Amino acid sequence: MRMFDYILRRLISSLLVILIIAVTLFLIFYMFPSNPAQLSCGKPCSPEQLRRVSAFMGTDQPWYAQLGAYLLGIFAGRTFGTGASAVVCAAPCLGYSFRLNEPVTTLIAERFPVTASIAVGAAVLWIIIGVGTGVLAAVKRNTWVDRLLMALSAIGISSPSYLIGLLAIIVFAFELPVFPSGGYVPFSRNPAGWFSHLLLPWLVLALINAASYTRITRTQMIGEMEQDYIRTERSKGAPESVVVGRHALRNALLPVMTMFGLDLGSLLGGAVLTERVFSMQGLGMLLLDSVTNLDLQVLVGSTLFAAALVIVANLVVDICYSFLDPRVTVGR
Amino acid sequence: MSHLLRRHPTHSRRPRSRFASPSILWGGGIVLFFVLLALFAGPLTALTGNDPYSEHRSLLGPRSVPLGFGGGISPSHWFGVTPLRGVDLFSIIAYGTRVSLGIGLASTLISVVIGVAIGLIAGYFPGVTDAILSRTMDVFFGFPFLIFAIALSAIVPDSFPRPLLLILVLGFFGWPSIARLIRGQTLTLTHRGYTSAAQVMGASSTHILLNEIMPGLLPLLIVRLTLSIPGRIAAEASLSFLGVGINPPTPSWGRTISDAVAWALVDPMYLIFPGLALFLVTFGFNLLGDGLSDALDPKAVIRAEMTETAETSKTTATESSTRNSAPAVVQQGGNR
Repeated sequence: MRMFDYILRRLISSLLVILIIAVTLFLIFYMFPSNPAQLSCGKPCSPEQLRRVSAFMGTDQPWYAQLGAYLLGIFAGRTFGTGASAVVCAAPCLGYSFRLNEPVTTLIAERFPVTASIAVGAAVLWIIIGVGTGVLAAVKRNTWVDRLLMALSAIGISSPSYLIGLLAIIVFAFELPVFPSGGYVPFSRNPAGWFSHLLLPWLVLALINAASYTRITRTQMIGEMEQDYIRTERSKGAPESVVVGRHALRNALLPVMTMFGLDLGSLLGGAVLTERVFSMQGLGMLLLDSVTNLDLQVLVGSTLFAAALVIVANLVVDICYSFLDPRVTVGR
Repeated sequence: MSHLLRRHPTHSRRPRSRFASPSILWGGGIVLFFVLLALFAGPLTALTGNDPYSEHRSLLGPRSVPLGFGGGISPSHWFGVTPLRGVDLFSIIAYGTRVSLGIGLASTLISVVIGVAIGLIAGYFPGVTDAILSRTMDVFFGFPFLIFAIALSAIVPDSFPRPLLLILVLGFFGWPSIARLIRGQTLTLTHRGYTSAAQVMGASSTHILLNEIMPGLLPLLIVRLTLSIPGRIAAEASLSFLGVGINPPTPSWGRTISDAVAWALVDPMYLIFPGLALFLVTFGFNLLGDGLSDALDPKAVIRAEMTETAETSKTTATESSTRNSAPAVVQQGGNR
C-alpha cells in the first residue's frame, strides 16, 4: 500500500509541476512585450483588424482570464471566436497556430514520430554502448583498456554532436555515398528507407552520448565494487562474473537509469540539433520554424510539451525505482 | 582522467606531484592558450593588420571560393579567409574566443551565486525550506533548457544584446547542479564536530555557513565549475549554430560553423577551424576538471558524486539511500 501511496504522491506532484511550468510559460510568452494579436495580424494591420483579431484570439481579455482559458484549454479544449468562423481546438489544447490553421496538438502529433524515431533508436544504442564500455573500464581499471576508453569518452564528451554529424555527412554521404545525406522516410511507407535515413543520425548521437554514460557507469561500478557486500560476496567464493554482473552492476545501474530517463525525455521533446543537421522535420524543426515565423502559440505549446515529457520521464524512472529499491517510498 | 582512483603508496603524497598530472598540465595548457587568445585577440590580429569584419574579395576566386591552399592560408591570413566575403578567419576565431569564454565564465558566475546560496540554505535548513528548494532544483535540472532558450529568442526584442541574454539564460539555468553539490556537502559537513562546536559556542547560521562549511566544500566546487564551463560554451555555440544565439556581425564559433556548412565540400577548412577551436576549448576544460578532481582525494570525489545522487532522485527520502546521480560531467548543455 505504501508503494501505491508513493506513486500517487509522485503523480500529483508531477502534475503540479507541469501546471507551474504551464503558468510560467504563459506569463513569459503571452504577457511579456510581444503582442500575439499583432503578430498574427500581419504587416498591414489596421486598428479595426487588430481589434477583431484580438477578440478572436481572446487577447483582449484581462490576463487572468486569458490564463484561465489557456489552462482550461489544456484539459477541456477551447474554442476561438464565435459563430461560423469559430475554430475548435480539442483537448488537450496546447494552443492554436493561426498561421498554419492547425491546433498545436495536431502539429506536435504530426512531428513526434520523426523525433521519437531519432531519440529512441539512438538511446537504445547509447545505453548499450555506454554501459558496456563503462563496465569494461571499471573491471579493467588502470589498464590500457581503461585508459583508452576514458580517453575516447573524454573526446566524445567534448565533441559537439552537430559538428560530428556534419563531418559524418561529408564523409559517408558525399565522399563515400553510403548513406543518404538527410531527410526522413516514415516507417509505414518504407521501413528500409526509414532505417537507412536514421542509421547515421543514430550512430552519431549514440556515440556522442555514450561517452558520458561510459564515465558514469565506470564511476558507479568502482564505487559499488568497494562496498562491503561485494567483499562478502567475493569471500563466499562467488565467481567474478556473478559479483560484477549480478550484484555490482545491478546497483550501479540505478543512477544510470535516472540519467537515461532524463536524457531520453528531453531528447523526445525535440532533437533540435540532429534534426537541423540531418534535415528531418521533427519537433525541433517545428520549434525553429515557429521562431522564424514568430508563431507564439506553437512556441509555447511545443516548449510545454517538451517540459512535460521530461517530467513524465522522471515520473516513470521514479516509479521503476520504487520497485527496484523500495526504500525510496519511505520518508517525505 | 584515467588516474581516477589509482592506488597511491601510503605516504609521500606531495601536493606538487599531485597537481602536476598530465591531465592538469595539458588541460590547463589548452585553457590558458585560449584565455590568452581571447585577451590578446586585438594585438594578435593587428600583427597581420586584420579584423573580423573587413572583406578581402580580391582573395576570392570564381564562385567566391578563397584561392590557394586550405581556404587561402597565407602569412597574412593564418587560417585563410571565408568564402563569399573574404573575411580573415583567424580574426573570427580569435574574437570568437572572447565571446565563448566570456559567456562561459560570466554565466558561471551567475550560477555560482544562485547555486551556492540555494544549496547552502537547503542543506542547512532541513524540512520545508529544503523540500521546496530541492523540488525547484529538480524542475530546473530536468527542464529542456535548449528548447526554452530557442523559444525565448523569438520574443526578446532585437535591441536586447544577445551575449547578455545568453549569459542570463545560461546562468539562470545552470545553477541546480551547483546547488545540489553544495546541499549534499552541507548536509554532511553540518554534522562534523567543528560545525557542532561552533553552534554550541553560539555562532550565527551565517557565520557557520560562510566560515565553517564553505571552506570545506570549496575544492569540490572548483572542480564542478571547471567541468560546467564546457557545457556553457557548447550551449552558446549550439544556439548560435541554430541561428538563435549571437547575431552577426559579432564573431561566434557556432555561427561560423553554421555558415561553413554550405561550403563544406569546396572549402572544408572554413568548417574545420572553428570546429576544432570549439572542440579543443571544451576538451581542455574537461581535461583540467578531471585532473583537478583526481588531484583532490579521489575517493572524496566519488563519494560526493554518489551522495549527491541521493538528492538527484526526485523524491529520495533518506540520505542513506545513496543512489541516483547525474554527475557533473554530464551537464553538457547543448550536445543533443
